Amino acid sequence: MATIALDKLRHSYMADPQAPEDWALKEVDINWSDGGAYALLGPSGCGKTTLLNIISGLVTPSEGRILFNGQDVTHLPPDQRNIAQVFQFPVIYDTMTVYDNLAFPLRNRRVDEAKVDRRVREISEMLELDDMIDRRAAGLSPDAKQKISMGRGLVRDDVNVIMFDEPLTVIDPHLKWKLRSKLKELHQRVGVTMIYVTHDQTEALTFADQVVVMQDGEVVQLGTPVDLFERPGHTFVGHFIGSPGMNVLPCDMRDGRAFFADTQVSIENGVQGLKGDERLELGVRPEFVRFADTGIPAEIIKVADTGRNQLVEARAQGQRINVLVPEGESVPSEGAHLMFDPNKTRVYANGWLVEG
Amino acid sequence: MAITLSNVVKTVGGEPFLYDTSLSFEPQGFNVLLGATGSGKTTLIKLLAGLEKPTRGSIHYGDRDMTGVKPQRRNVSLVHQFFINYPNMTVYENIASPLRVARMSEAEVDRRVRETAELMKLTPMLQRNPSALSGGQQQRTALARAVVKESDLVLLDEPLANLDYKLREEMRDELPKLFAGRGATVVYATSEPGEALLLGGRTATMHEGRVTQFGKTEKLYREPADLTTARVFSDPPINAAQVHKQGAEIVLDDTIRWPAEGAIAQAADGDYYVGVRPHFVSPRRENNVTVELNGKVLVTELSGSESVAHFDLNGRPWVSQSHGVHSFKVGQSQAFYLDISGCLYFHPDGARVGA
Repeated sequence: MATIALDKLRHSYMADPQAPEDWALKEVDINWSDGGAYALLGPSGCGKTTLLNIISGLVTPSEGRILFNGQDVTHLPPDQRNIAQVFQFPVIYDTMTVYDNLAFPLRNRRVDEAKVDRRVREISEMLELDDMIDRRAAGLSPDAKQKISMGRGLVRDDVNVIMFDEPLTVIDPHLKWKLRSKLKELHQRVGVTMIYVTHDQTEALTFADQVVVMQDGEVVQLGTPVDLFERPGHTFVGHFIGSPGMNVLPCDMRDGRAFFADTQVSIENGVQGLKGDERLELGVRPEFVRFADTGIPAEIIKVADTGRNQLVEARAQGQRINVLVPEGESVPSEGAHLMFDPNKTRVYANGWLVEG
Repeated sequence: MAITLSNVVKTVGGEPFLYDTSLSFEPQGFNVLLGATGSGKTTLIKLLAGLEKPTRGSIHYGDRDMTGVKPQRRNVSLVHQFFINYPNMTVYENIASPLRVARMSEAEVDRRVRETAELMKLTPMLQRNPSALSGGQQQRTALARAVVKESDLVLLDEPLANLDYKLREEMRDELPKLFAGRGATVVYATSEPGEALLLGGRTATMHEGRVTQFGKTEKLYREPADLTTARVFSDPPINAAQVHKQGAEIVLDDTIRWPAEGAIAQAADGDYYVGVRPHFVSPRRENNVTVELNGKVLVTELSGSESVAHFDLNGRPWVSQSHGVHSFKVGQSQAFYLDISGCLYFHPDGARVGA
């Protein structure tokens, strides 16, 4: 087990990177503590796989260092980093039994058979593979095979970190939630540092204590699941996390006060630090917008019933605003006005939350 | 046009895939088939498309009997879960392909392709090959092909299943708008209750080869005919437990009691099932009439704006779904509050009380 420090990492796949977009990974500085559950979350192309490959040693970063327990491993090959990895698709030996598959990473390191047996039985019980332990892997279902793959990652107790790269891709949607929660439980039982890479918000937020959200090679927020929902650090986080995502609206500042559609909007964050040339936006989640007698005049375009809420598509000054109205509450048909919760409405400058 | 199935049965090698089904889809309506994998949705789609022949019964488009008619002789479009486009043709040629098969004039092809591309937000990509597009754009290309030929019937078999959730969110919003006013009757298969609700229209819930109920989507959701329909139409799964009605009270596990309200108030004393959707079970006490349930938290899940907790209540699994992001301690006791206005009651045979 280990603490992991990413120190001013940058990476480009080009020989001579110039423009910001030449960098697959812009500067990344992260400190992960020992035994934590972490997730790297973002859409495809955001740089999360590059970052994962740098940690595992498959890619050497153009700049910066990576430290395990304070020791610089930037130039160590993968096999000397003492890590375990679980991939998107099962990596197992079809001709071996489930038992031998799980035992393989231990036998490979000449662990004595008594300990091998103990670990294999422990892991197979945790993953509910014990009733198929003597069967050959070849005939098993894709999700059983992926569980074996996970078990092979978990079986060693001496690794610095276990990394999961989109491990639920091959799992049937109806079984996903079980494995999602299983992984969380396993982390609590084994206490090894784990890093989980995914584009799925539910997988990331369910698994991790801390989530790193990435976009265009950049870390846009590092926080707990509560932080990401309650106080998005970037408009991208507000949009990407939550269904539907945060409303992002153009904003004018006049004498230190925020306006949208010529209506003053109370905001939670201070804006003293603004220079005045930034692109300003207001961010407010649909759950924190409500109908009122005064406020921003809006037109109702569509009301969808989600079963638990009514999802209202409203329009004000040419901008779409989603409003989530609890079941049973009425939605005005004409002369509607919108109010934003002042504690959950914030100003963003060039995409970033203004911390004034 | 209206699409009607009359006593349609499909068996394969003696095994029933679809039991005796009679349904009528309204002309130009948006219809959803909702059910888990293996419930018969795809069988029904194939029968409608003519890719499979019913073992018994008949299928009419309007008043034309189409039962034995080949797919290519029907004016039908079908879009699958996997985006199928011609990889060596541009987006323009992909969209144009069904029109060229129909030998339409070049001017008319061009007009229709451009109009459909505009609708699908594909205009800037018309000259690219599908491989240069994102997953969402590829699926929009496949959808554009289905829409462009102005079919009588458009069949969509889990068309969004392979898109990531942000794209799914956008497409669910766009799809009903795309088909509105285009004259086609749409049948859309999905395994996700939330998707059915957002798409609206009418829904047929399916379970083990049977249509359990068919009607307006919101009505099916709020007033399911039976417990099976309520189960099909709930994600996370509906909490279902046996209860006893005693005078003016409902009793669960001998110790948990609440007032019998609504249709159950008039019902005879005896055994019933209660069905409670997870969002009526909250870790916070709301203003409504609530009953406290003390459970042991088994598993929690966070979806971004909602929290789901699976908990054990007297040996049975229950699920709570609440707004916002809550942290629960797995393995610990936790009070949950059941909002009794969300209780649906069912007779021992499954039929809803008051249905």
